[in-house]
Amino acid sequence: MLVVDKLSVSYDEAPALRDVSLEVTQGELVAIIGANGAGKSTLLKAIAGLLHPDAGSIRFDGQELAGRPPYEIVGMGLALTPEGRRLFSRMSVYENLLVGATPNRDQEARQALMKEVFDLFPRLKERQKQKAGTLSGGEQQMLAIGRSLMSQPRLLMLDEPSLGLMPLLVDQILETLQRLNQERGMTILLVEQNVREALEIAHRGYVLQSGRIVAADDANTLLHSDLVRRAYLGI
Amino acid sequence: MARRIPRQAWALGLFLLILLLIPLAITNRYWMNLLITTFMFVSLGQAWNWVGGYAGQISFGHAAFFGLGAYTSTLLLTKFGVNPWLGMLAAGVVAIAVAFLIGWPVFRLQGHYFAIATIALGEILRIGFDNWEWAGGASGIELPIMESSFLHFQFFSKVPYYFIALALALITYGITWWMTNSKVGYYLRAIREDQDAARALGVNPTKYKYIALMLSAMITAFVGTFYAQYILFIDPASTMALDLSILISLVAVLGGAGSFLGPLLGAFLLIPINELTRSFLGGGGRAYNLIIYGALIMAIAIWQPGGLWELLERWRKRRRGRKQEVTHEAA
Repeated sequence: MLVVDKLSVSYDEAPALRDVSLEVTQGELVAIIGANGAGKSTLLKAIAGLLHPDAGSIRFDGQELAGRPPYEIVGMGLALTPEGRRLFSRMSVYENLLVGATPNRDQEARQALMKEVFDLFPRLKERQKQKAGTLSGGEQQMLAIGRSLMSQPRLLMLDEPSLGLMPLLVDQILETLQRLNQERGMTILLVEQNVREALEIAHRGYVLQSGRIVAADDANTLLHSDLVRRAYLGI
Repeated sequence: MARRIPRQAWALGLFLLILLLIPLAITNRYWMNLLITTFMFVSLGQAWNWVGGYAGQISFGHAAFFGLGAYTSTLLLTKFGVNPWLGMLAAGVVAIAVAFLIGWPVFRLQGHYFAIATIALGEILRIGFDNWEWAGGASGIELPIMESSFLHFQFFSKVPYYFIALALALITYGITWWMTNSKVGYYLRAIREDQDAARALGVNPTKYKYIALMLSAMITAFVGTFYAQYILFIDPASTMALDLSILISLVAVLGGAGSFLGPLLGAFLLIPINELTRSFLGGGGRAYNLIIYGALIMAIAIWQPGGLWELLERWRKRRRGRKQEVTHEAA
């Protein structure tokens, strides 16, 4: 479904990603793990069209994404839930979801999608008239995910959905993603610093270090590999 | 909730009725002029608000669109004999075209580029028209006096001008109503809050900023044409100068940028103060009017940066809170 081939991205000459290749197939939940500054966010932003790659290709269902504006990429069925949630905090929950439905022009389809999101996160339904900025951290993350789902993506990319949440909520959010993947067949590309939790729900994983992929394997194998145990789990 | 909407509708209906009846009560030309000027600034302030408030793109060059509006219709009338109503439509088209040209290079950039570019646009046009002899140069153009009729967009009485200015303000508010209740409004607010997040969700920020700017330029040009037909004299200093651009933005900002009623409140406070202090305290080199005017701006900037609208909202919330307390105690 998504094939990234030898992708290189730099910020003002400083290289952030070098020759990164990865693949996500339909129905998979793939995790990208790595330390701060390894280039995880850069990778997702480049795929979403928010950054321009220097070299390499990004193909989604066979179509090249590099060079396309973000609104076209979202319209093709690829959504990004950005790091730090980036909600429109002075707009209501309902309005945030509507902005998320941008690529979908059909009113009825929008309402149906809204209902699906409310089914997944009943808390959002209760709070739909509330300003997004007044929600708790966990609810804000639910809203950020719900907002991405409103564009009816076939591939959902999430950048550190657990950031700043207490451990109980981290588990809850990641379980929701697992359910989304298993029950609704949503293909997910997840970037996480909570290495253990992420690899526990993922099918496969990639380890990103200083802008390069240093390991790629089954999530379970990765979780028990020396590299991951030593570098990220401190065992 | 169910009771609040009808009450607001009542208030709106009553407000409109008063506005319609005012010309019967007030016949003094000075007060009529004050109201007409205020209505003009309701439209100008709200049109600015679409760009500066809802889209978050601060413009210090809206006088450019105003001046283009005044000059387009006036030049068409004096040089080619085109009816000023048609001239008004042409003015809208010219303003939209200029808005397109100015937006094209600067909407790609974030930050203060737009504000700087709009200052430049206004000043370039003003200096250009100052030196353009065919268009009257710095001494401006006097419009020919015609018979008082709707067709000629000229009247001896101020009452027709009053209603035309009111109609323009209502049209502007109609567009604002549509904008705030449509996806354009959601997208503009989303872009203002977090442009990158909006982009990541598939919103094309350039497109929606363009919609806001073009509509804003069009309305501002309409008011420019109205001004020319009302005053019957235009020159670059009165229609394109930076102080007019700043007054337009102040109306919106003091009233409450990004709010529905803000520009209305701003115009009804600022324009009368501006005009009254000028007639009663200004002149003779004393310029007390500017002192009062400046003090007011500083006071609002320090104590009420969200504008008058926010002040009103806070007061309403406090009242509602007190009411709830009372019912709570009663229960």
